[in-house]
Amino acid sequence: MTTSASPSLAVNVGGIAMQNPVTVASGTFGYGVEYADWLDVRRLGAITVKGIRLEAWPGNPLPRHVEVPGGLVNAIGLQGPGVAGFIAQYLPRLREFGVPVIVNIWGTTVEEYAEVAARLSDVPGIAGLEVNVSCPNVKAGGSAFGADPATMAGVVAAVRRRTPLPVIPKLAPNVPAMGPFARAAAEAGADALSLVNTLPAMVIDIERRRPVLANRVGGLSGACIHPVAVKHVYDAAQAVKLPILAMGGIQEAREAIEFLIAGATAVAVGTANFIDPSTPLRVIDGIRDYLVRHQMRDVAQLTGSLAVS
Amino acid sequence: MPLGEAAILEQTPVSGGYCLLRLAAPELAAAAQPGQFIHLRIPGLETTALRRPFSIYRAGAGELAILYKRVGRGTDVLATLPAGTRLSVMGPLGNGFPLASGDRLPILVGGGYGVAPLVFLATRLPRKGVVLLGGRRAADVLCIADFEALGWSVEVATQDGSLGTEGLVTDLLGRHLDAGAPPAELFACGPDGMLRAVGTRAIAAGCRAWLSLDHHMVCGIGACLACVQRLREADGSIHIARVCKDGPIFEARTIVWEDPA
Ligand SMILES: Cc1cc2nc3c(=O)[nH]c(=O)nc-3n(C[C@H](O)[C@H](O)[C@H](O)COP(=O)(O)OP(=O)(O)OC[C@H]3O[C@@H](n4cnc5c(N)ncnc54)[C@H](O)[C@@H]3O)c2cc1C
Ligand SMILES: Cc1cc2nc3c(=O)[nH]c(=O)nc-3n(C[C@H](O)[C@H](O)[C@H](O)COP(=O)(O)O)c2cc1C
Ligand code: FES
Repeated sequence: MTTSASPSLAVNVGGIAMQNPVTVASGTFGYGVEYADWLDVRRLGAITVKGIRLEAWPGNPLPRHVEVPGGLVNAIGLQGPGVAGFIAQYLPRLREFGVPVIVNIWGTTVEEYAEVAARLSDVPGIAGLEVNVSCPNVKAGGSAFGADPATMAGVVAAVRRRTPLPVIPKLAPNVPAMGPFARAAAEAGADALSLVNTLPAMVIDIERRRPVLANRVGGLSGACIHPVAVKHVYDAAQAVKLPILAMGGIQEAREAIEFLIAGATAVAVGTANFIDPSTPLRVIDGIRDYLVRHQMRDVAQLTGSLAVS
Repeated sequence: MPLGEAAILEQTPVSGGYCLLRLAAPELAAAAQPGQFIHLRIPGLETTALRRPFSIYRAGAGELAILYKRVGRGTDVLATLPAGTRLSVMGPLGNGFPLASGDRLPILVGGGYGVAPLVFLATRLPRKGVVLLGGRRAADVLCIADFEALGWSVEVATQDGSLGTEGLVTDLLGRHLDAGAPPAELFACGPDGMLRAVGTRAIAAGCRAWLSLDHHMVCGIGACLACVQRLREADGSIHIARVCKDGPIFEARTIVWEDPA
């Protein structure tokens, strides 16, 4: 018995048709254009851009990041050009890449989230909205809306009412259990789930006895958070039927495949882009090789294939 | 821009804990402009370690060199890598110094490893000028011979007086910016305090100063917004630039020192 040489990698994440299950994590790939010189972005399953709110936002003071063993703590603070700036400066080039564009959105009020969603729904070239209710780096907005299932669901429902685009809430990893969040998001009309965002973290300069980050605290990302993320993806997949876009610490195909086995439909490469911009393409190739080696014809066979006895 | 690999040709210790690293990197060397930098992945650090940025010290004939100081775990490991080691290199990155037209006298001001991009600049400027070098002590003052070999006149200041004038490198600027001196254009790389002082003097004297900023970086290509610097444009408007992509070189008048981000 032989299987066809090239297994199918195409997936559908809540209405977003992707040629393969690999996108990039918001905030680690700019607005797509920055990395276009460094890898063939047309090969990605989708491009997910940095968080956008209604108006331009300056972000946090410096320093905004610090390297830690196995990862990175950042407090960029969602600096961005605002909806109009994004549409004018970046969307035209992004469209030319010919891959689905997922826009990560945030707001300081529920109404702002909904307004951003509505504005982005009026322009062509956007495939879906990832709703950031989990950024640890801004005081108002972000994680303030993601800390309990009902508040989070309120944001999702408000966005849902204002957009026909696929709505993908992005959930925080610092919760006691993912199940209630996944169910609340599903009931509020989410088309898929994105998890996880960074873990709240702090690094202290012991000589100065001061926080290293100007924002005092930041979000931990990178290889060190991967097992935490796998557990959340597994729990979410047990709780709801929604497709899951999984991220946290992918460095090679191996970690991405773990996410798929745990129940994810697609994955996003984040911090690893900074270290090796070719990572997403290596992950795509690695998933294909894995499927061939395990004689699977479709990546869908991998999703949720975890054997638990 | 290639995401390339380059092999170490040679590493030579220089004075004051500095090392000279020569890489075989033909494409990079051909494309490099003075003031640009490379973003190096250091094998031997864990695979999750960030890249480290280094200014290009020399480029040509298929080779690229950097001059670096051992200041932490990355540069400590880098210093142990033998010839033949292959490094993943992103670059050349950043905007580089403008290559002045030649109608003004170029004055280069360097502190510590900040001299590295200035040597490269001196090889490319259309006109020779003056180099002012500073350091805590004689061992921190590098590349005097490079500049002299290129026909530049070198003046030195050290804080302990062990070489040249006792004091700061900016103390040497005065007579070059006097009313009677020929019109000058400044190019500087070094610690923030030095850059700021150079900028202040240049603005007072009515000449331009191109300053190379040294912000900590993550991506090195303008995607993550870790390295930002607030700039004030000529029309008074403020915008947030990325040092890695829009810089690292900015004109002194534009830099908002008090409030970088
Ligand atoms: C545009 C640019 C050009 C540079 N050119 C040179 C050069 O020609 N020669 C040279 O010796 N050094 C240069 N540096 C500084 C050099 O990048 C740091 O010394 C180096 O990253 C330190 O790494 P480490 O692991 O040894 O130190 P650690 O302190 O262990 O590093 C920890 C983290 O902080 C970052 N970091 C620490 N110090 C600096 C610094 N001064 N600037 C930026 N990031 C820093 C590191 O990249 C790393 O992410 C340059 C920096 C920039 C931004
Ligand atoms: C520098 C940086 C900026 C980020 N910016 C955003 C953002 O704007 N919106 C968002 O939802 N997540 C943001 N994130 C979180 C990532 O999208 C991702 O969820 C997280 O980093 C985990 O993946 P990783 O371990 O592969 O990086 C950011 C992460 C980093 C490291
Ligand atoms: S280091 Fe990422 S934007 Fe400059």
